[in-house]
Amino acid sequence: MSAQALSGLKVVEYGNFISAPYCAKLMADMGAEVIKIEEPGKGDESRDYGPFPDDTPHLERSGLYLYLNTNKLGITLNTRTRTGQEIFRELLKNADVVVENNLPALADEFGLDYHKLKEINPRLVVTSITPFGQTGPYRDYKAYPINCCAVGGVSQSVGHYWREPLTMPISQGDYQAAMCGALATMVALLARDGTHRGQHVDIAEADVWATYHVGFGITIHAFGARDSLRKGYIGGGWTYPARRVIPCKDGYMALCAPQLKQWLKFLELMGTPEWTKNPKYRDRHAMEDDYPEEVDALLAPWFIERTKKELFELFERNAIPFAPLYNMKDEMNDAHLAERKFFATVERAETGTLKYVGAPYKFSGTPWALSRPAPLLGEHNEEIYCGRLGYSKQELVMLHRSGVI
Amino acid sequence: MASYPLQGYRVVDFGSAWAGPQMAHIVADMGAEVIKVESRNRIDYGRMGGAASRKELLSKTPEAIVAADPDILEFNPVFHLLNRGKKGITVDFTKPEGADLLKELIKKSDIVCDNFTPGVLDKYGLSYESLAVIKPDIIVVSLCFAGHTGPLKGTRGYAPIITALAGLDSVVGYPDESIPCGPRFAYGDHVAAIHGALAMLIALIHRNRTGEGQYIDLSEWEATTSLLGEPLMDYVMNGRIQKPRGNRDLMMAPHGFYKCRGEDKWVSIAVKTEEEWQSFCRATGNLEWVEDDKFCDRYSRLLNQDELDRIITEWTVKYTPEEVTSILQKAGVAAAPFLIAKEQYRDAYFRERDLVVRVEHPKAGAEAYYGIPLKLSETPGKIRSSGPLLGQDNEYVFKGLLGLSDSEFDRLIAKKIIF
Repeated sequence: MSAQALSGLKVVEYGNFISAPYCAKLMADMGAEVIKIEEPGKGDESRDYGPFPDDTPHLERSGLYLYLNTNKLGITLNTRTRTGQEIFRELLKNADVVVENNLPALADEFGLDYHKLKEINPRLVVTSITPFGQTGPYRDYKAYPINCCAVGGVSQSVGHYWREPLTMPISQGDYQAAMCGALATMVALLARDGTHRGQHVDIAEADVWATYHVGFGITIHAFGARDSLRKGYIGGGWTYPARRVIPCKDGYMALCAPQLKQWLKFLELMGTPEWTKNPKYRDRHAMEDDYPEEVDALLAPWFIERTKKELFELFERNAIPFAPLYNMKDEMNDAHLAERKFFATVERAETGTLKYVGAPYKFSGTPWALSRPAPLLGEHNEEIYCGRLGYSKQELVMLHRSGVI
Repeated sequence: MASYPLQGYRVVDFGSAWAGPQMAHIVADMGAEVIKVESRNRIDYGRMGGAASRKELLSKTPEAIVAADPDILEFNPVFHLLNRGKKGITVDFTKPEGADLLKELIKKSDIVCDNFTPGVLDKYGLSYESLAVIKPDIIVVSLCFAGHTGPLKGTRGYAPIITALAGLDSVVGYPDESIPCGPRFAYGDHVAAIHGALAMLIALIHRNRTGEGQYIDLSEWEATTSLLGEPLMDYVMNGRIQKPRGNRDLMMAPHGFYKCRGEDKWVSIAVKTEEEWQSFCRATGNLEWVEDDKFCDRYSRLLNQDELDRIITEWTVKYTPEEVTSILQKAGVAAAPFLIAKEQYRDAYFRERDLVVRVEHPKAGAEAYYGIPLKLSETPGKIRSSGPLLGQDNEYVFKGLLGLSDSEFDRLIAKKIIF
């Protein structure tokens, strides 16, 4: 196997559930060596989450865990013991990066205080991913992804303005924070080339929503245009259909036509129905802002007679940017993704060979690779403790008996 | 001298609209020198409109608008936001002499990035293959809707279509409505922009170590789907097709947005452990809920969420979101107010974390941008300027970096190569 882009980079993951594990996965998938630390006996919380094959829960068969921890080495370590903390520091001496997602107060308790870590290894990059960051008034607030969606403002843009706002689903905020954690870690590593020093990277999930995702709302507000993004697509002011969802025979279609010619071409495909001559349905701004549901209803009968596949092909042929709402089955069976080899498979004890979601980007020289599946709990204890840190196998048994590993 | 973490790296940015410009501003924030390429016959559409005047402008072509008022392209605050910290040049690379000029610039650069539909740069002799001939270690990040290979490679897609095809929209919505609603912001664009910046820097680390450049094909669709590993795994393992769950969570109850005192005021509350639930009941003065068969443990609460939400709302409507947050956080329960842009603009959290940054634009005056969420303790980034005026750095780039003489520079302007 050819070397990967991040080959040689040594990462220690001391986190739980999604954000820190996904951040480390982004590096592991590009070749970094990631040592994942889990609590003895229990492991990462994602092991309890599922989905499980045949809906049969098992510590080693949770789909979320399998997906988030590809290409990593797994060890168990109890950092609540003094010996465990010493081993942890030993691991960090030779690492380039440690990724963690504990609340700041808790992190200090576990010896993750940056000023202490810097003394162990001045070149270490410490990447902390938390809901509200290491500074600011909410630093010590307890929070889950929905709370970050609330403060980050992203929920302004999810759900109807006349109902309760919605969270982004399936913990997307944790993934966004993880991506920014990996991105900032790369920045810190590049800076280290010049400074020869590591640093503390502070990523707050709420910050990520509030900036890259819906931060333009702050600009628009300051500009005097509107106070919120509660109504309309990206704050409103677009032409119909800025973004509509219309049911079809076997699912739903997403409609979006910023250019007039796209809309006209679509009407032509529909056979230019009588209502299109009504001036009320020629003002695309009013149609979008004031009575979009009415227009949806006019389109509905034509859509409901046609399938996703047939509509997508028709629109594709006519350069109209409408597409189906793919569900997970559509995703797995799509010919375009298959030709691009988007999905990858790997074999693993306990779960056999499964299909995994693939690379977010395709590198020509040093591609993303699924080289090894997520580790079993403590799978690499011997390799790391004996092979790297010099413990004997007998000592390993002692560490196990005393609850350290 | 101030030193930024990516200082010394140069990026040639062909981005337009949203995803491309955002990908490049992320690295500009961290100190890279980003040179944005436009020309008067290939203006970034993002310059058009602006929140106030979009209606009038969308109906005209860029050329017609510029002819009427050249300055009109300098007033869209969202364009300034997405192109902050960049330099701006204007080159007509549809002409060979223009493309050659850009090649000279690329020879002195580290990274090229774009979000054209596949084939545009190839058409003008600026494909990765031809760039790698003149600059072997160049890194090219090319972002587009469906990637640069495969049967749908030429498909043109906008942000709402990305999340639809990527599978995300199918799980965003209210469980009691039949039609999924999807997000109303350009999630797919932002996801691609962040991935693009990440890919760029991973490739840069590799280049610094080995001297090898490479080409990165980034599909917005795949970048978004890559975040849906869990529902995809559910399909792989159990053939189950997940549907929108609204604010429901598989592990937490209560979990949702609860109505508060005031118009459109909401608070988010999430309770996971039994300890949190007991604290919640104590803090809200409802200790009897702890003993109630319907809510006594997580399993019961997950089964009786409708009723749980109803009785919690009876409590939350008496308070403001801030009051609920304060009561619950003191008890160690996760709660936070639902904020809209106007509230974020003034919030202490946003102030203390530098999430609202005021920047002066040479023509439009003071504007407010979102800050930098990548917080580095020793070498932080900085928003060094607003978005560039059209062609504002032509002299710096062509005379300064490329060493063109005054007469050569003037000749290229006259020939509408620098245009």
